Amino acid sequence: MMKKDKDFPRGKDIEIILGTLLRVGVIASMSVVLIGGVVYLLFNYSGIIDYGTFDAHRTEFSSIAAIFLGLGRLDSEAIIQFGVLLLIFTPILRVVFSIFGFLTERDYLYVLIGLLVLIVILFSLSNRLTG
Amino acid sequence: MSVLLFTLIVLAGAFLAGLIGSLTGLGGGVIIIPLLTLVLGVDIHYAIGASIISVIATSSGSAAAYVREGITNVRIGMFLEIATTVSAVIGAVITVFIDPNYIAIIFGAILLFSSAMMIRKKVDRSDNDTSGRLAIFFKLNGSYPTGSGIKKYAVHNVAGGFFMMFIAGIVSGLLGIGSGALKVVAMDNIMRIPFKVSTTTSNFMMGVTAAASAVVYLHRGQIDPGIAMPVAVGVLLGATIGSKILMRVKADRLKVIFAAVVTFLALQMIYNGYMGRL
Repeated sequence: MMKKDKDFPRGKDIEIILGTLLRVGVIASMSVVLIGGVVYLLFNYSGIIDYGTFDAHRTEFSSIAAIFLGLGRLDSEAIIQFGVLLLIFTPILRVVFSIFGFLTERDYLYVLIGLLVLIVILFSLSNRLTG
Repeated sequence: MSVLLFTLIVLAGAFLAGLIGSLTGLGGGVIIIPLLTLVLGVDIHYAIGASIISVIATSSGSAAAYVREGITNVRIGMFLEIATTVSAVIGAVITVFIDPNYIAIIFGAILLFSSAMMIRKKVDRSDNDTSGRLAIFFKLNGSYPTGSGIKKYAVHNVAGGFFMMFIAGIVSGLLGIGSGALKVVAMDNIMRIPFKVSTTTSNFMMGVTAAASAVVYLHRGQIDPGIAMPVAVGVLLGATIGSKILMRVKADRLKVIFAAVVTFLALQMIYNGYMGRL
């Protein structure tokens, strides 16, 4: 075991940080979704729903700004969507941490690759792709 | 249908999907999408949005364990994520322009392929002999801990694997699934990475790939809180329990049974898509 740790000193630390980050992200986001879900069911349990046709405007919480606005008035659907947002950001944050990890290893090629992945995701966040 | 009944049915179905998904290595999406569309009459675009959320939850949850063990090759993951994130966004952008019936047929075809991959005998073709210039330039060759010490491996055909990952990302963005079966083709057969490394690394990449398309779905209103909530909670619970009992059951026999179930679901999706019922 000692020898193994010696082989990748910094790499091992980063792996433990990444593992913890992923676990905390999933637990935190699922807790938020669960809280929102309970409140949502308490207020809407007897309502009738039909998801038979896709309507882009059915949920008003389809952007980060709208979710935060809804969160301000403690809307249950906004709380669920906030949990979903936390979940989406968990692997994104993982990429950010990996970039720092590669930076401490002075592996600039992979810092660049990580940034490239991050740029793709940030581009998809720009809201222009859905039309 | 009332909100309470709908939530309970989806919760139970998603739990089962997560359980089966983690026992067979298929992932929850392949079962949750047929359940929502065929059984509950949910529009496939909502089903896709809910499924991608469950993909992020399960892959991040299990990646957390694997990364700590040092089996995952973070460099291979990062490098191939360039291909999968770009293509996942492309897939998610074009998915609404495709007739839902065609999506169902494509989905069925991928499902058939996945179930064939599941029962096929795997041949480990990894070695540490030859390695291309690209694998050396991108520092992809690695090592992983086994029962008998650290084992080194070399990565082959990096360009071919990268291209296959691009296809896997498009499928993932188009259908809202992890497309693990395609990722395994890219890593096991083309790049010839050892199983243990390829499964954990593919799982590690899945979260980021899914996040890239999930953002597009969210902005389009495809992620509805009323469906996403029971799906995410159910699948994660099922997958967690599945991974706990995985060590105690004979997975091989289960896989044959589930391959039959998945084949049936696939034919249902293709039939309904072909008849224009979705």
